Amino acid sequence: MIYYLIPALLMFCCGVYGFVTRKNMIAMLISLELMLNAVDINFVVFNRYLFPGQMEGMFFTLFAIAIAAAETALAIAIIINVFRAARNVDVNDLNKMKH
Amino acid sequence: MDITIPILILAIPLFMFLLLGLTGMKMPHWLAGTLGTAGMGTVLVLSYITALTYFYGGSPQFIAENGERLQAVIFNCTWLQFTPSLVIKLGFLLDPISALMLIVIPTISFMVHLYSMGYMRDHHGVYEHGFQRFYAFLSLFSFSMLGLVVATNIFQMYIFWELVGASSYLLIGFYYKKPSAVSASKKAFIVTRFADLGFLIGILVLSYYTGTFDFMQLTSAPVDGMEGVYQVSEQTALGVKNIFAQSAAPMFMGASVLTWALVLIFMGGMGKSAMMPLHIWLPDAMEGPTPVSALIHAATMVVAGVYLVARLYPLYLMETTSLDIIVVVGALTAFYAAMVACAQIDIKRVLAFSTISQIAFMMVSLGVSRPEFHEGIGYMAGMFHLFTHAMFKALLFLCAGAIIHVVGSNDYTAMHGLRKFMPITNACFLIGCLAIAGIIPFAGFFSKDEILVACFGHSIFWYIWMSAVAGLTAFYMFRLYYLIFWWKEHKVHEGHHAPADQPWTMTLPLVILAAISCVAGFVPMGNLVTWNGVPMFEHVNFFTNLTHLNWSVALVSLAVAIVAIIIATVMYRKENPLPDRMADMFPRLWDWCHHRFYWDELYQFITHKIIFGCISRPIAWFDRHIIDGAMDGLATVTNKASYAIRGLQSGKIQMYVWVYLIGALLLAAVTAVCLM
Repeated sequence: MIYYLIPALLMFCCGVYGFVTRKNMIAMLISLELMLNAVDINFVVFNRYLFPGQMEGMFFTLFAIAIAAAETALAIAIIINVFRAARNVDVNDLNKMKH
Repeated sequence: MDITIPILILAIPLFMFLLLGLTGMKMPHWLAGTLGTAGMGTVLVLSYITALTYFYGGSPQFIAENGERLQAVIFNCTWLQFTPSLVIKLGFLLDPISALMLIVIPTISFMVHLYSMGYMRDHHGVYEHGFQRFYAFLSLFSFSMLGLVVATNIFQMYIFWELVGASSYLLIGFYYKKPSAVSASKKAFIVTRFADLGFLIGILVLSYYTGTFDFMQLTSAPVDGMEGVYQVSEQTALGVKNIFAQSAAPMFMGASVLTWALVLIFMGGMGKSAMMPLHIWLPDAMEGPTPVSALIHAATMVVAGVYLVARLYPLYLMETTSLDIIVVVGALTAFYAAMVACAQIDIKRVLAFSTISQIAFMMVSLGVSRPEFHEGIGYMAGMFHLFTHAMFKALLFLCAGAIIHVVGSNDYTAMHGLRKFMPITNACFLIGCLAIAGIIPFAGFFSKDEILVACFGHSIFWYIWMSAVAGLTAFYMFRLYYLIFWWKEHKVHEGHHAPADQPWTMTLPLVILAAISCVAGFVPMGNLVTWNGVPMFEHVNFFTNLTHLNWSVALVSLAVAIVAIIIATVMYRKENPLPDRMADMFPRLWDWCHHRFYWDELYQFITHKIIFGCISRPIAWFDRHIIDGAMDGLATVTNKASYAIRGLQSGKIQMYVWVYLIGALLLAAVTAVCLM
């Protein structure tokens, strides 16, 4: 089981690292997806090893994947619109509505 | 007695007030005036019916078998109930004095309603702005005043007392665009309000010790030897007697609680009736329209204080100290006001001070009244003078209004020699002057004579004092008369209309009131109004008052009045330097009288320099710097703190994530340490 969890942990850490260091919104979105998928792996793994007779973890993962897809679509739509409006997707420069 | 008529007497003016107040501005001027006058006319008829039924109906409800007049409660319904014992009732009480007032108030009010139809429009017949509002307020005043006099309990009286104060305020400030009228109305309201504070405390003290507001319980057989007063059931009488046996016991600063209560209640009367030192509002109240001065500030509202003392008279009798205070206050006021009236230029001010002086006469009369002397003739004389004074003073004011309306100024310097131009007004004013001066057979002679008799019976000193004031009265009234109608020929300026008598709506009330002033003295008041309801005379006819005169007192007062009139005639009939020379001879006296003994300046000094300067200003400083300062400080600190920490809310999402991450890791570390 540990062989599955360590890659998931690495994936998650990469995601966090990417999310806090990247300024580009698309890169941040990719990092976010990475974290989400790491969590999905954890769900599947725990379900498989701890409760082999049950399927809740699997289904939850399927849900998470479906919602992640929708969420990505939405996020990309927002990013495209932001880009159209500001010609820029750098989070540090998007401060027009702050003041 | 059926309750329909009493209810209508109160309801019609109230309804007229609501009708004219709410819809008046939508209706034409003449309709509003006619409606108001017609309403008051109806009230006049109904009040006369009620009063005559009371005096002459002979119903056992009103008159006992031995001829004693009784107090009768026509209706008395609960208006507010706080606790089983603290109940405020509204009702209708008929007794000699309220029946008398039911004649006085509607008569004057109706005359004023009629008169105002002519007065409140200019020479081209254009109605004044706010004409309908004027009639609405007049109706409100009539309602309040009628409610005041028929009150069954002291709290109802207090409610209506405030209502007349409010309507007086509204009417003094009727010309609300004139700053002097606005400040006069505020002055009247504040001064009387201040006096009413004493009245309220007096009511509370009195009712706290007696446990009742009701006049019949308060004034019924309170102590031994006064069992004859307004019989009620024996049980109530005993109860009240016991209450007073106890209430007389506690002392406060050397006087009994009852004395304190009565003096405080009298303070309310001093404010309303413009007794010194609370008289300062009445002369200024002349800023209102003249019909209002006639109705409110001469005939009806200002005598409310006299009425109040008369209403509680059996209580005042129990504490003669309070009656002595009333005598002193009244006598000083009478003399002061008469002195001031001799040196005023504004004719309405002269009449205002004359009113103060005459009301003080009534107060003195009540104060010197004792049952031992002539069956308490002072009480009867006070009410008699209230009645006659209302008639002739309203007459004088309405005449003055007619003159002012024509001349367009309040000062006699603009008048002089009007007798040829306004013969009817001249005759009516002369009758008014003769009545107030106390010349037989006009109304004032009889009532003033009774007052002097009562003073005579009390003490020689006050008798001489009041006779002197009566002489002054005759002097200043004839000074006024001659300065308006004689002195020198009236100059009609080019392009101006010559002054003339006014239309019938204005002259008819004058003629009626003049006729009343001629005959009112013959009303056998001793048979109608006495302090205990027992008539003074067995049989009455038209000449009763004449045959019961105390001729020694009457001849003296008549002589004093005639001498005063002769002096006034010599000084003011024709233009001559004598008055100026007199003023130069006593410059200080003239100055003090002309400036009303500097009372207003004294008040100005006390309020502005002492109260505002030494009390209000520190309070204002405390308010501005301590209380406001604390609040401002709180706001400033919050503001500064917000600016200081606003950097945390940077809007940079990655910083939030960092903070979150570090927080989560720390939490995880803490949890791990705790679990290990």
